[in-house]
Amino acid sequence: MSLRRFILKRFLSIIPILFGVSVITFALVHLTPGDPISQMVGLNPDMTAADEARLRARYGLDGPIWQQYLTWMENVVVGDFGEEISTGRDVTEIIMTRLPETIVLGLFGWAFGLIIAIPSGIYAAVNKDKLGDTISRFLALSGISIPNFWLGLMLILIGSLWLGWWNVLPPSRQPLYHPDMLWYLLLPGITIGTASAASIMRVMRTSMAEEMNKEYVTAARAKGLPERSVVLKHVLRNSLISVVTLAATLTASIVSGSVVVEYVFNWPGLGMEFVEAINGREVNLIMAITLFFGVTIIIANLVADIMYAVLDPRIRYD
Amino acid sequence: MTRKISAERGRIQISGFDAEKVEQREPLSDWTEESGDETQTRWQRGWERFKRNRTALIGLAVVAFLSLVAIFARPISVMGTTVQPFSLAPYDPAAILYLQDPSIGVYDPPSSTNWMGTDASGRDLFSRLLYGGRYSISIGFIVVVITASFGTIYGAVSGYYGGWTDEIMMRIVDTIFAFPFLVMALVIVAMLGGGYWQLVLAFSLVGWASYARLIRGEVLKVKENEYVMAAKALGARDKSVIFRHIVPNAMPPLLVVASLNVGTVVIGVAALGFLGFGMPPGSAEWGTMLDQTRETLIQGPDGTIPWWATVFPGMAIFMFVMAMNMIGDGINDALDAQETGAGQQGGA
Repeated sequence: MSLRRFILKRFLSIIPILFGVSVITFALVHLTPGDPISQMVGLNPDMTAADEARLRARYGLDGPIWQQYLTWMENVVVGDFGEEISTGRDVTEIIMTRLPETIVLGLFGWAFGLIIAIPSGIYAAVNKDKLGDTISRFLALSGISIPNFWLGLMLILIGSLWLGWWNVLPPSRQPLYHPDMLWYLLLPGITIGTASAASIMRVMRTSMAEEMNKEYVTAARAKGLPERSVVLKHVLRNSLISVVTLAATLTASIVSGSVVVEYVFNWPGLGMEFVEAINGREVNLIMAITLFFGVTIIIANLVADIMYAVLDPRIRYD
Repeated sequence: MTRKISAERGRIQISGFDAEKVEQREPLSDWTEESGDETQTRWQRGWERFKRNRTALIGLAVVAFLSLVAIFARPISVMGTTVQPFSLAPYDPAAILYLQDPSIGVYDPPSSTNWMGTDASGRDLFSRLLYGGRYSISIGFIVVVITASFGTIYGAVSGYYGGWTDEIMMRIVDTIFAFPFLVMALVIVAMLGGGYWQLVLAFSLVGWASYARLIRGEVLKVKENEYVMAAKALGARDKSVIFRHIVPNAMPPLLVVASLNVGTVVIGVAALGFLGFGMPPGSAEWGTMLDQTRETLIQGPDGTIPWWATVFPGMAIFMFVMAMNMIGDGINDALDAQETGAGQQGGA
């Protein structure tokens, strides 16, 4: 199969998954007792049965469940996620205002992860089983074991309360692109990136160590190449491929992480909005954000697979 | 390659076969008809290697310690009869201490009577910490047993039958994978309402897919082996081929993933607790304890920061998960499981 056919096939394969994700999202929210309308009616004793019926019709909550699903999907396909029931704000608009905050935080976390992980992974693999390797492996193991919300709390405790370097909350929130914001991005960014850094480092170390035993390394050394260029030019390139396959998993971990970390740092992103939506049982918002997260991960998987196929011509596309 | 060529005529030299050598080697191999069971020796070999791995043993010790402490923290009684009479925790984890002893207040720093201080409601933090392990640890293990069993059956069926069955079953798995683990668990718990069994259900619904994918891959690898063909040729039924011949071979990587997963679930439960969705507020679950003190982290009641209420519960989660991951790494090294996913375990 040619690469182009592989990419095409991979693209087609996300269609059933997208369908499945939308069904599960819808089902999770709708198959449980107590929809928002009955909640509204419960809060407002003046409402008559006719009012309730009108409300249901307005939010597409009348009719059998499959019909509700179809109505919802019809709107979703054209980008209409409905409105927030308590305030009447447009859900798409809410997502669009919150999204940049999460993207910036996520990218910062990614960058932090890569900057820490790749050098330390190389270092650990080159000094395999020596003291430095042991220490960095221990740190990586701690990194994947530490609960991110607790790490965030600890950073607040140390950074803002003991050292006093940070205000816990930005005093007056600057726009996101303002250079001052970089300082406030630091703690949440580190928190969200630590797990990724640790995972990448572990994978880097293993795959580098594996590559180091291959014959082409011996050949390169025999050729008289300095060790530095053997490691950085030959081994590193081949082991970076396995980091690419991690990309999808890490995107999922960062998306999950954003929910918790934004809550810890009061970061006004999508994850924070999600927690608020769940607290308020904002059905439309919950579904929209869940779907959005799902699609993000599907795309990340797709990109990782394609990159992997492009980078490593040895893999068979089947 | 120094083969002696017989000088004698009329004799046929059979090369590559030396009767003497075979006899010499015989006593070294302890192969007997009974011990020919390959899986058994592999587990024994694995255990031998695991025992020599210091890091893994430390992990095992910590997990055992935390579990025992949680069990013996307060007496357990089942339907009126006390099954476990010991009580390691100095106070009742739910008791508000200033009601009994006015000298103990809210957010008292660690002292000789309250080793880890008191929390926002004036309860003994140390007792709550010991007791809190019951929630996290038991949910972690229960969820892993449920998800691993279901995922194994699902993956084995999918991989063994192949074709359309496999295609459809794996699309479902892909769909589950498209949801970030914590987000889906959060939605489920929010919809069902918090509580112990709700948490178990939520994390089970989310977690089985990785086992299904793993086992399916292993089944595909093993399926073409000759011993499976032989079993089929001998008339073994599908069920027995899958569960007696294929699944046991897929156990090592499964065990590695399972051990690492316990930690992931424990972090997940704590994260939901921290977001305010896990156990009912006020219960001693580690994450819920952190949630209770979140507001006061910045400013304590009299201007001081009650750091102990944040540091210790998180430390307990961290210690347990770290120990669990050490065990997982140890099992991975011991059983030589190739595919571990070890590096892919992010935080919650």
